Amino acid sequence: MSREENYILEMNNITKLFPGVKANDNVNFSVKKGEIHALVGENGAGKTTLMKVLYGLYDKDNGEIFYNGEKVNLKGPQDAIDLGIGMVHQHFMLVDPLTVTENIVLGNEPRSGIILNQKKAKDKVKEISEKYGLYVDPEAEIRDISVGMQQRAEIIKTLYRGAELLIFDEPTAVLTPQEIDELFEIFKSLKEQGKTIVFITHKLQEVKAISDRITVLRNGKSVDTVDTEDVTEEDVAELMVGRQVLLEVEKTEANPGKKIFEVNNLKVSDNRDIPAVRGVSLTVRKGEILGIAGVEGNGQTELVEALTGIRKIESGKVKVRDKDITKFDAREIKRESVAHIPEDRQKRGLIMDFNLQENVILGYHDLEPFSRNGIMKYNNIADYTQKLIDEFDIRGGGMEAKAKNLSGGNQQKLIVAREFSQDPEFLIASQPTRGVDVGSIEFIHKQIIERRDNGAGVLLLSADLSEVLSLSDRIAVIFEGEIVDVLDASETDERELGKLMTGSTIDAGGEDSGK
Amino acid sequence: MLEVKIVENRWDHIKSMMTNFGISLLSIVVALIFGIFFILLTDQSPVTAYQALYHGAFGSFSNILNTLWRSTPLILTGLAFALPFRAGLINIGAEGQLLMGGFAAGVAGYVFTSLPGFIHLPLAILIGMLAGALWGGLPGLLKAKFGSNEVITTIMLNHIAIALTINYGINKLRTSSRMATPEIEPSAALLRFKEIPKHPIWGKLPFADIFTNPGIRLHMNFVLAIIAAIILWYILFKTTLGYEMRAVGFNSDGAEYGGIKPGKSMFITMFLGGAVAGLAGAGEALGTHLSFMSGMDAGYGFTGIAVALIGQTHPIGVIFGGLLFGALNQGGLEMQFAGVPSEIVNIIQALVIFFVASLQILKMYLRKRKEKEGVE
Repeated sequence: MSREENYILEMNNITKLFPGVKANDNVNFSVKKGEIHALVGENGAGKTTLMKVLYGLYDKDNGEIFYNGEKVNLKGPQDAIDLGIGMVHQHFMLVDPLTVTENIVLGNEPRSGIILNQKKAKDKVKEISEKYGLYVDPEAEIRDISVGMQQRAEIIKTLYRGAELLIFDEPTAVLTPQEIDELFEIFKSLKEQGKTIVFITHKLQEVKAISDRITVLRNGKSVDTVDTEDVTEEDVAELMVGRQVLLEVEKTEANPGKKIFEVNNLKVSDNRDIPAVRGVSLTVRKGEILGIAGVEGNGQTELVEALTGIRKIESGKVKVRDKDITKFDAREIKRESVAHIPEDRQKRGLIMDFNLQENVILGYHDLEPFSRNGIMKYNNIADYTQKLIDEFDIRGGGMEAKAKNLSGGNQQKLIVAREFSQDPEFLIASQPTRGVDVGSIEFIHKQIIERRDNGAGVLLLSADLSEVLSLSDRIAVIFEGEIVDVLDASETDERELGKLMTGSTIDAGGEDSGK
Repeated sequence: MLEVKIVENRWDHIKSMMTNFGISLLSIVVALIFGIFFILLTDQSPVTAYQALYHGAFGSFSNILNTLWRSTPLILTGLAFALPFRAGLINIGAEGQLLMGGFAAGVAGYVFTSLPGFIHLPLAILIGMLAGALWGGLPGLLKAKFGSNEVITTIMLNHIAIALTINYGINKLRTSSRMATPEIEPSAALLRFKEIPKHPIWGKLPFADIFTNPGIRLHMNFVLAIIAAIILWYILFKTTLGYEMRAVGFNSDGAEYGGIKPGKSMFITMFLGGAVAGLAGAGEALGTHLSFMSGMDAGYGFTGIAVALIGQTHPIGVIFGGLLFGALNQGGLEMQFAGVPSEIVNIIQALVIFFVASLQILKMYLRKRKEKEGVE
């Protein structure tokens, strides 16, 4: 076999078996030195497995790995680290109460005698962070800094350990749009310094924006490796899913009817008792989607929790079909035919230790036919669950499987199935496609549009501006807990929304809330 | 295909239950092996000691019945821990709930003097259960309303219950030098198995004579304990109430989103848990001692925690956990007669708890590993 000099990593014919599944099936994956290489595929395509094989976390059943042209045999992460392979996990491996510096040097501390040499450690961290433009306060405790900052600490950690090849497992899943831009700047500066980057993702825009080459996995097999400039997002999506995918949402003109949902001067406080929603007023009509655009943390979470009866409303009014539901609890609001896709499916949307049957009736468990006089009707629930599994194509083990064993996309489909099957007249969808693969996104978007066309009102919140733009009929922009403007979706663009979202050009106008 | 899937899943379910059972059994075996070492310290033969243990617990019909008798309060306090545990609460207060239940039932047993048995007995039992339920429900309410940590409040209520029932109650009410409330009326007594042969109704049973042995101490509360376990199993797994409890136990944020009020579920589990602990006390007062007696709690509330954990906090599993500890208590007595000090018996019991707890960790590890292998 001929080895090209400029490949830092070659993985040939990698096969990894799990009981009943070939997670990797003869996968070929090669990375050139100094490139940014995107590894894409739907959930369950085998991306993470491949990277865990590379990082020594899994033993491969077959195949060869070459690093800098030499065949290597990785027994564990330490072997990978010694070679110069670093991994930034999706869920950070950081110790909350320790400082950034302490976390970075953990396991490899500069010492004077037996004591940690704080100064040396700090200097080293500073040196790395300046070299790559990774600015982070070295003395801050991890629990006090933002997710984006935590990620930087993780990156510095891998660099501190001498990484030449950095693997990022879905690095943008936890970041805000601004943080994503900053991360990509970091990618570029790492590349300039000669580092090689592999990043796992299923967001196609990101792939186009930053990568040099793309390798696509599907069902455990490597489908193709392509140069980014030669392909469109649609091409990549087709490679991932194996069929044509509609990235653009197809929808007809909205046909709004009567007012279905109304919020009047709503005020809500956050967990620290600080006002988070400061007088929001909204109206949603039947058959229309009102999107709310905003940078995360501007009161969206509190707004939705208040509207769904989970959080206390300080003042203001909420009406469904002219019925005042301001004082209703979560159950009573559901009974008003209001469905809710919560932003955090693991924390709110599902009971992860419940199986599909038990999850698919959450919130409706005290209604017939799921129960009668307080007795659960598991036969009816099983029939219903099977119907939803078929209808919404929820894969991952059938109705007795626990929710936590489903992939993110299927978990989200499960929630969508549950909420939509009750035929809601009003729907609050919060981050409906976060962390979900392309195929599922398409499906969920279609479902939302279909609801709208059937006459339901929809309130959509998403950190993904393009999602808000493509789904919504009207868009309300939220900034610091206030609606700063309401726009017609067809007459605005990301640029205008971005400005409004950051409050840069708009004087908050109206009442002078706060201090 | 669907049918096949369901059958497969049932089989998986059975397999996982068998694994749980096997792990509990394994931990007992390991504990007994380690126990050999401690028995050897006392210069006794482990063979003789374990023979005595076995014989004491299962050696004869009356020994078996007495094993059941000793497991009765343990099953109930085990349930009192297991049910709130499923809703995410740690009920350390079964001891106090048992004392309140026992005291209330004991008092109800003697103050009503002219009631017929079919009213007096159920009334006394219900009063006992209600007293326990209130004593358990109070920390549940505090948790729901103010978020007070139930571990602390239940421990405090244990101390209050001891002071209230034993220190104050008995001293106020006793009529003899015996540290107990006055003896209950016969109309409030639970049927004891040894009375069956001479009983006007039960004595007519063809096999009534097998209970002719004054050494048999088993009474009807064992049957009530089994019924309680079955009812709690039904509530937990077959009713909306139980569905809500388990949802809260797994993820109270998710439950809240689903329109469930976590506080309400917490209160109800604590109330029901207290009720079964109260039934344990009522059974001891109305069946075992025929009065509320100082020391009758015998640490059942705390042993109940171990019983519940051995039973995987599953109501039916708790029955087996209770039987195990009943057998260890009953057989341990005979071990003492064989010359093994009672402390060693206690050590062996502690070893069982220790190994059950540590093998639970093994089980969690196995499950984690399986998940790691199976899911990307």
